[in-house]
Amino acid sequence: MKTFDYEAPVTIDQTITMMSKTHGQILLLAGGTDLLVQLRSGNKDVDLVIDVKGIPELNQISYDELSGLIIGAAVPCSQIYESQPVLEKFPAIIDAATIIGGKAIQNRASFGGNLCNASPSGDAIGAMMSLGAICNVVGSEGARNIPIEEFCIAPGKNALETGEMLISIQIPSPRPNSGSHYIRFTPRAEMDIAVAGVGASIELDSNLDQILSARIALVAVAPTPLLATEAAESLIGQEPSGPIFEKAANIAKQTIRPITDVRGSASQRKHLIGVLTRRCLDIAVNRAVQVS
Amino acid sequence: MSKKMIEKEKHISVGTRPERMDAKEKVTGHALYGTDINLPGLLHGRVLRSPHAHARIVSIDTSKAEDLPGVFAVVIASDLPEADDRTEKAGESTINYKFLRDNNLASDKVLYVGHAVAALAAKSPDVAQNALELIEVEYEILEPVLDVRHAMSDKTEVLHEQIRTDGPNGSGDTPSNIAQHIRHVKGDLDKGFSDADVIVEREFTTVPVHQSYLESHAATAVWGMDGTLTIYSSTQGAFLARRQVSELLQYPMAKIKVIPTEVGGAFGGKNPTYVEAPAALLARKTGRPVRVVMSREEVILGTGPGSGTAIKVKVGATKLGKITAAQAELCYEAGAYPGSPVHPGAMAMFAAYDIPNGQIDGYDVLVNKPRVAAYRAPGAPQSAFAGEQIIDELAQKIGMDGVEFRMANAASEGTERLDGSLHKSIAIQEILGVIEDHPHYNEPLDGPNQGRGVAIGFWDNWGARSSVEINVNSDGTVNLISGSVDLTGSRTTVAMQAADVLEIPFENVKSSMVDTDSISYTDTSAGSRTTMATGLAAVEAARDVLAKLKAEVADMWSVSLDSVVYSKGVFGTNERKSENITFADLAAKLSGQINGHGNVNVENWAGAGGGTIVDVEVDPETGQVKVLRCTAIQNAGKAIHPGHVEGQMQGGVVQGIGWALYEGYQYDELGRVLNANLLDYKLPTSLDVPSIEAVIIEKPFPSNPYGARGVGETPIISPAPAIANAVQQALGKRIDQLPMTPTTLLDKIGVI
Ligand SMILES: Cc1cc2nc3c(=O)[nH]c(=O)nc-3n(C[C@H](O)[C@H](O)[C@H](O)COP(=O)(O)OP(=O)(O)OC[C@H]3O[C@@H](n4cnc5c(N)ncnc54)[C@H](O)[C@@H]3O)c2cc1C
Repeated sequence: MKTFDYEAPVTIDQTITMMSKTHGQILLLAGGTDLLVQLRSGNKDVDLVIDVKGIPELNQISYDELSGLIIGAAVPCSQIYESQPVLEKFPAIIDAATIIGGKAIQNRASFGGNLCNASPSGDAIGAMMSLGAICNVVGSEGARNIPIEEFCIAPGKNALETGEMLISIQIPSPRPNSGSHYIRFTPRAEMDIAVAGVGASIELDSNLDQILSARIALVAVAPTPLLATEAAESLIGQEPSGPIFEKAANIAKQTIRPITDVRGSASQRKHLIGVLTRRCLDIAVNRAVQVS
Repeated sequence: MSKKMIEKEKHISVGTRPERMDAKEKVTGHALYGTDINLPGLLHGRVLRSPHAHARIVSIDTSKAEDLPGVFAVVIASDLPEADDRTEKAGESTINYKFLRDNNLASDKVLYVGHAVAALAAKSPDVAQNALELIEVEYEILEPVLDVRHAMSDKTEVLHEQIRTDGPNGSGDTPSNIAQHIRHVKGDLDKGFSDADVIVEREFTTVPVHQSYLESHAATAVWGMDGTLTIYSSTQGAFLARRQVSELLQYPMAKIKVIPTEVGGAFGGKNPTYVEAPAALLARKTGRPVRVVMSREEVILGTGPGSGTAIKVKVGATKLGKITAAQAELCYEAGAYPGSPVHPGAMAMFAAYDIPNGQIDGYDVLVNKPRVAAYRAPGAPQSAFAGEQIIDELAQKIGMDGVEFRMANAASEGTERLDGSLHKSIAIQEILGVIEDHPHYNEPLDGPNQGRGVAIGFWDNWGARSSVEINVNSDGTVNLISGSVDLTGSRTTVAMQAADVLEIPFENVKSSMVDTDSISYTDTSAGSRTTMATGLAAVEAARDVLAKLKAEVADMWSVSLDSVVYSKGVFGTNERKSENITFADLAAKLSGQINGHGNVNVENWAGAGGGTIVDVEVDPETGQVKVLRCTAIQNAGKAIHPGHVEGQMQGGVVQGIGWALYEGYQYDELGRVLNANLLDYKLPTSLDVPSIEAVIIEKPFPSNPYGARGVGETPIISPAPAIANAVQQALGKRIDQLPMTPTTLLDKIGVI
């Protein structure tokens, strides 16, 4: 690991200025559970590390009906799963926040970091994608919003331009009669990385016998987490049932481009996406029924 | 040495559960491990490792690295003197010094990815790291040999031109990757199989599994002006480390002092030395202390795991459930240099059974992987995985309960094993009896896709040499020092035995491990020997203390030595009943110059049997196996400290679960390890392991004063086959491959 400079600004403006004035490689630091590992292993070199944990906007979590849930980019998992509105309204977020790493990791790891790290296996990305999150980004040119499905562009690469930073992630309020779930498969019960993961949110009609809308996100089965749009569309207008979920699962299996690596084979991942999609939809629908 | 066992009434500390002497230091982070050693002027050593699995070293140019500011010295193999081509026993493994030299620093060939090629010392770890990249090594790349069966073919490239197979009929005459072929024969195999009504035959494979001690290897070397070489080492055997460094440097033992640091796990893997000699070379060249600490990646790539294997087994039995014959072929990967644990693997395979006719062929096979090291009951988890599944299958085919079938064939005292040795007192039948009666074996499973498996195992253990010295202080407390590196709480268990013989409170004994200058020779802490053998040395040392004190008493009271008695901490004499003096009062009078010595070479020790009952639930859609419940049974002879024995049993089961379901090296076709980190080399976490019930049986070994047997290794043997048997019950499919990962299971059941 090479030596580098470290700064801890307390406002977004300071950070943007710092980024525009510094030459060389700059990396932002939230929980550091990805970054420090990458720096120590020599996978990444950096000249300046900017710690964003002192910036208020990045460290708060808020909810109201209109703007939905806003998760500051540096808020750690442990604060997310202790937040009342999240507990009440965003079960898929709780699912992801409680499976990342283990307790110690969850005290540091942020959803913003998970997203910016743009790993194909980011659990938080899968959960947030299934809920239609929007990424609030600021740079020297001003602010912009990026839909989460456009944020990750390749393994380890995100859509931020040089000098831009992620401020927060915004998730719309859940519709009535809706439910969500995030599920992954790992060989170990904790401290592991998804071989495959599925996030889903489902909205039912008031009689609870018809699916009005659905989103399905697939993790660790393509260069980036991805939306299974066709699989989700196949559910719309249908009465929730095993065969319907099975059909969606089969469509999801066709949309992925899994690889074989040390964590699993391509055929295993394909198979798992089928199993997990079915299980995920089943639980998301059950949750929708329960909240209504 | 008195052969009598110490009466039960005199077990005061022995059999209780005092707090481990090293517990508070360790849990509060105060204990000093290898990485904590910091000396003035310390330099940081790093090792350059081979990126190739098999290659000839054409040239090494270290000049650019040496020129980098902050670099103090670089060493390569030619900095080490030539070593003897001599093989010696070292713990449960063997060491050949020529191969050890090449394993410390490769001379002509690199034989695995991670093989040490050069070492350097620099002012900081970062400079050292950068300097490594400046060492230029030219390699001529050779075909890697990665599969044990492939390695055995005479068409395959050989790792060592000079190695001929050392076989049952003498030495082979062409170069071979089979370093050794052993054969055990008993009875008439053909007749045995023709007497069988049912025969089961299968082949099993396992991959290398690492000991995965949490603390990586670390050594700090410093030379004194008087020529003394001091090495702080994370070794599990200070004298064993000294011997290796002495051989590698061709330097007298008397001038090498090895100070063992606290050890963060070893399991057999810290018997060989890797960084001690390179650190010593660098320290000599620079005139400064040099510390070399391995990273986790280096530990996985560059230090010995347990062998990968291919094992063929065939066993026959009558309809009535009597085994008539057993045959096995054990092919064990040695890695880069000879010395796999195929001997103990073959020993352990059928040791729990009385088998009239049998043959075992064992092969020690060279492959382009790190040289294996002992790993807790070396060789046995692999052979038991194969053997105990075949036993289970045979019972199923005959239509007999597995435990009953094992009982019908259980070995007992006097049984001749397939390797020709006779069993001493063992307790296989008692263990099977405990299993049969245990609620875990009798309560029904409570869900779909669940299965229950049982397996048993036997391990031979070790005896060997230990030294203890006890000094009596004037306040009646004693200091006990031993040459055993404490891996498992042995400081405490050794002190408990001394306290009981001295008939003083355990709290009055302070027990320490010391360096090689401070005590007589002691063998490495391995082979489940330490509490037993070093404990025996403590018993001897305590008896020596009492003998000397009795002489003082006789002198003081002018009575005959024979008349002096000692009981419950008080000396008296049969000549004058009125005279008595306590241990502490006597110590005060003598003002502290009484010491006792115990130097033992234990040649008569006993093995230990054990068993596992395990329940699993398999998710047939994901291939995931969850261990729901686990009971471990073991014969401890005498549990000196029952809490420690339970800890050994539970720890062994946890590692056994690792072998069964999670752990294993993964290689690409070039021999590069794909999972040289603890994320992808998966150890079970606390959430993957159920609470493990430990049931201790105490069938004493009469030649030990307390009846104690070694307990550390047996518990790792039977978990993997027990889990495999449980998975078979749950899935209806026998898994012939370790680890039984979800990927393997889905593949075997034809889902992917
Ligand atoms: C032991 C262990 C277990 C793990 N288990 C899991 C797991 O189960 N599932 C999973 O998905 N991940 C896991 N991870 C990975 C990691 O913990 C998560 O990705 C985590 O969410 C990262 O968050 P962080 O706050 O630590 O990010 P950091 O490491 O601080 O940052 C990650 C990346 O994002 C960039 N970044 C951070 N903040 C911003 C910002 N505001 N704007 C722009 N760029 C930014 C950083 O420069 C860096 O490149 C694990 C890691 C470890 C060490």
